[in-house]
Amino acid sequence: MWTDLGLNHDNHNALLDNLGQAYQSIFMSQENRPEGMSYFDFVMSEAHGLRIQELREEQEAGRKIIGSFCVFVPEEIILAAGCTAVGLCAGADFAQEEVEKVLPRNTCSLIKSFFGFKLGKVCPYMEVSDMIVGENTCDGKKKSFEVFKEMVPNFYQMDLPQTKTPMARHMLKQEFKSFVEKLEEMTGKSISVEDLKQGIATVNAKRKALRRLSMLRAADPAPISGLDALLINQIAFLDNPIRFTEKVNAICDELELLIKETKGAKKAKAPRVLISGCPMAIPNWKLPSIIESTGAVIVGEESCIGERGQRNLTDDSADNLDGLMNAIVDRYLKIDCAVFTPNQERVNHIKEMSQQYNADGVIHYGLQFCQPYIMESFSVEKELEKQNISVLRLETDYSQEDMGQLSTRVEAFVEIIK
Amino acid sequence: MRLAGIDIGSRSIELIVLEDGQVVHSKQADSGYNPIERVKELISDVSFDKIMATGYGRGIVEVAFDYPTVTEIKAYGAGATALYPGVRSVLDIGGQDTKVISINEMGKVIKFEMNDKCAAGTGKFLEMMATTLGYQAQTLGAAAQKGTEGIEINSMCAVFAESEVTSLLAKGCDRSDIALAIHQSVCRRAIGMIRRQNISTPLMFAGGVANNSCMVQLLQEALGEQIIVPENPQFVGAHGAAILANQYESVLF
Repeated sequence: MWTDLGLNHDNHNALLDNLGQAYQSIFMSQENRPEGMSYFDFVMSEAHGLRIQELREEQEAGRKIIGSFCVFVPEEIILAAGCTAVGLCAGADFAQEEVEKVLPRNTCSLIKSFFGFKLGKVCPYMEVSDMIVGENTCDGKKKSFEVFKEMVPNFYQMDLPQTKTPMARHMLKQEFKSFVEKLEEMTGKSISVEDLKQGIATVNAKRKALRRLSMLRAADPAPISGLDALLINQIAFLDNPIRFTEKVNAICDELELLIKETKGAKKAKAPRVLISGCPMAIPNWKLPSIIESTGAVIVGEESCIGERGQRNLTDDSADNLDGLMNAIVDRYLKIDCAVFTPNQERVNHIKEMSQQYNADGVIHYGLQFCQPYIMESFSVEKELEKQNISVLRLETDYSQEDMGQLSTRVEAFVEIIK
Repeated sequence: MRLAGIDIGSRSIELIVLEDGQVVHSKQADSGYNPIERVKELISDVSFDKIMATGYGRGIVEVAFDYPTVTEIKAYGAGATALYPGVRSVLDIGGQDTKVISINEMGKVIKFEMNDKCAAGTGKFLEMMATTLGYQAQTLGAAAQKGTEGIEINSMCAVFAESEVTSLLAKGCDRSDIALAIHQSVCRRAIGMIRRQNISTPLMFAGGVANNSCMVQLLQEALGEQIIVPENPQFVGAHGAAILANQYESVLF
């Protein structure tokens, strides 16, 4: 199967070996994991196995696979078109020497990562995709896509507004309409009201389940570790959405019982940390594992892979295509990504989340060279400190060389907030 | 009760033993390539009831000797407060990092900032610059105080700064003037960190670089007020760790 997909066998094996070891030491060594995690462990172990086989079977049955990098690519529409959405790999350094031949060194790790996965030929999701959607969020992505689109067949670029004015809304609607047309052209069938309602229902159910999981983390002791909760949020981008939703609800049932018995994955009164900032794509577990190894627990992620990407539902009450498209546009425009200006909603959400989940402090996570989030980190820090919320601003990348300094900072922060 | 604190830094290791709050023993050694052996040597002839480790290498002694540990940030905070009650902030320039720590009226650390992974503007940087200019690390400060102002070193990266210094030497600049410029650039960086954190004073200057008289003078000029330099600035972390050793049961969670 790997040869069919054009993967590089040696590189791919090396990647899987590394991943397997990291997974063992970071996830499997945790104590008191909910039983429901066994499903997500299984999905991870088969992320480069059964899941790819499933996608290939879907493809043989005529479904198209649409790969993307961002929560702005509307999954409702992809599902309505009878296609499958997958998030593409961007959470580890790979083939860096090759990447630096085509991108400047001072590019963020996430962008370098998907280039590395492509150039090293190690991401089966990228190779299995019938179309890859790149979205114009930050400058880094938008300009790097000019290079990336030469490397992949069937690249589709989606433009995005940077403000939330009526004009911006109009533009996003046009973009989403063009996306519908593109998918219809690919599949040869048009999207009906029923299709779109079904797509919205599936994605809303997934978001509700993830929201339910988030809310349960407000309990003390926390019923699930931040690492495991992050993993579930990461898997949301890979797994079959209907099966995934069932499994998230199943683990939530289990967590509710644990909370009733005041049992937790972490000790009661453990220092509680909210993470805010850049997304952590699989297998980027560096900072969360440092945080939780101090004995603290992460109680929420204000991130695209986390609440920013999942908090809002799409209104499905309209009974015509235009009305549903309006609802989708409105839903996506609520995402408070740092590429927007102004972006006061994000700070408000961080405050809200830190209250809701009883966080003792906020760690702002910025990927080095990610201008939008790092610029916002200053005002976020100021505003939170006005409310007496402790903040630690960190800037890092996917390399392991700053583990010592990061650990010192995180430990010192945990000493302050506990 | 005899309380020991050990600070395993990137350049040096400091051990302190306190009895009734008074220093009864203090010793320093280079970290070398085998810090565990160095720690063994340092503690071999010392008796104590409790010990706590801090510093960059605290993790290895936690594993090797099962000592409880605390970060150098908390240790410097505790050490500074013990040596100078009422101190409200600490600037620590050590071998490979620079920290600015804010302390509240109760002596508790409330905020800190630390340089990134590179050693720009730290003791290591000054050491490298001293070598390039043909000084000992200990005499660099005194030499710089004889220098005249006028040159500016722009690079903070040790590698770039070295080539900047080399080209200044090639132009025929006086080495004490260059030494002064190097101190000014390290000072600017430290002041930047201090200003960003909006600290309260009095400020204590600790860590090995606080032994450098030129740095002390430049910092005081830039801040427009006196700063506190303890007698043995590189022992502040070990001192703090010794004090925290007494409460370490409550430190664990």
